[in-house]
Amino acid sequence: MAKLRYLEGVTTLSLDVEKCIGCGLCPAVCPHAVLKMAQSKADVADRDACMECGACARNCPVQALSVKAGVGCASAIIHGWLTGSEPSCDCGGGTSC
Amino acid sequence: MTQKSSCCPESDSGSSFTAKRKNVCCPSSEDKAQETAAPCCPPIETRERTGYRIWPFVAGWLETPAGSVPRIATRLTTGDMLGRWQMRWGIGRMRYRIAPGLYAAGSPGPEAPVLVTANYKMSFDALRRELGGLDCWILVLETRGINVWCAAGKGTFGTDELISRVRSSGLEEVVSHRRLIVPQLGAVGVAAHEVRKGCGFQVLYGPVRASDLPAYLAAGNQATPAMRRVQFSAVERLVLTPVELTGMLKTTLWAIPVLFLLGGIGPEIFSFSAAITRGGAACLVYFMGLLCGAVLTPVALPWIPGRAFALKGAIAGVLAGIAGLLLLPAMSVSHGAAFFLLLLAVSSYCAMNFTGSTTYTSPSGVGKEMRRALPLQALALLGAGVVWIWSAF
Ligand code: SF4
Ligand code: SF4
Repeated sequence: MAKLRYLEGVTTLSLDVEKCIGCGLCPAVCPHAVLKMAQSKADVADRDACMECGACARNCPVQALSVKAGVGCASAIIHGWLTGSEPSCDCGGGTSC
Repeated sequence: MTQKSSCCPESDSGSSFTAKRKNVCCPSSEDKAQETAAPCCPPIETRERTGYRIWPFVAGWLETPAGSVPRIATRLTTGDMLGRWQMRWGIGRMRYRIAPGLYAAGSPGPEAPVLVTANYKMSFDALRRELGGLDCWILVLETRGINVWCAAGKGTFGTDELISRVRSSGLEEVVSHRRLIVPQLGAVGVAAHEVRKGCGFQVLYGPVRASDLPAYLAAGNQATPAMRRVQFSAVERLVLTPVELTGMLKTTLWAIPVLFLLGGIGPEIFSFSAAITRGGAACLVYFMGLLCGAVLTPVALPWIPGRAFALKGAIAGVLAGIAGLLLLPAMSVSHGAAFFLLLLAVSSYCAMNFTGSTTYTSPSGVGKEMRRALPLQALALLGAGVVWIWSAF
């Protein structure tokens, strides 16, 4: 997995450290170790590994995190462009799901 | 396919036709999942209920304060495997769901952990096969037969469904603790703090992979960093490729007649023999592109240079094109150039489509990549068509 990295500088992830209460949940739910705890606050350790799944933002009790989550599937995005709606798709689903 | 089991009194011969008779104990051959029957079931009367058929993975029943709960087998049968294979190819994909609610593995008591999963049978199977020798409860959410991650993305595997399923299953009466172990990938749809507010249960995020669950439970609900990371191994990538191919079916059914039609265009306006030879060759190139983009690129993903999938697909297409030019009989330069462009465009497009199945691409990245790649792919396709038709004259 270390070898597999996607485009850089695209993620919409943002963290408001001021708001963070240090509950420690966001590093636990992130599937790509983007977030770490540093001095009892959350810290973005590997921004470009973020896949915008939205798990961290959904589970932050104080809305310190925000990210524009969605599906990353080409055909759904094309469909979204054509119909002007939010992309949604029936993704393949890995064995880990 | 229909297996006779010891518990079924006279299910007639093994013939799949006679087995179609309604028999509550044995799954009939109409069963889409092609299940085989569980090796031993309790007497039929206790399992029978008009209008219902029991899944073969149900090994018995457990009485709880909230009613009887099905106890499931933790070993998969050949029928489960067959169903898995069907799913990989996208056959009857949408119907592979099981009933949501509470299930039991082993002989769980009020202290036993509660594992949450989706009602996609493959998710459920992946979970129960890891639970051999463990005593636990399984709370299955209604996700309309979609796996945990995708359902969480859509919101069906989410806070509201979890809260209402905890309530409707009577879980509060069944267990004395107030903890739910939710697969980590479910966190996309579940907000732990809201679940606690909604039903008083604390959400613990378990490992990404069900296979790490025994270790997670043994460690007192602690996940190692490795358990928290999503992997994307060559095997995982390979099993996703059949769906990529079936996903291209519709496009392919359009492409083939178009290629044959265009192949026939020539000096004598339209020639059937040219349609067959030239169109056939173009179809061959099209299929090569399909294999390059939808199978070769996903499997060889880490070894193909570049980060954008469209680029990776194009590179794979170029390599295959060079190999093809070396192996195939010599053709005219314009002919070769047209096929080269076609291969490139198809492979690049298919590879780009694979972004939807990966476990690490961000929607923002895919959007950016597509805005750049789609015009180029369209241009390559157009160029291929023009040069190809021109080469006929
Ligand atoms: S959006 Fe997903 S991948 Fe990105 S930081 Fe949050 S949990 Fe990690
Ligand atoms: S989930 Fe929110 S409050 Fe908790 S550590 Fe992360 S940013 Fe801080």
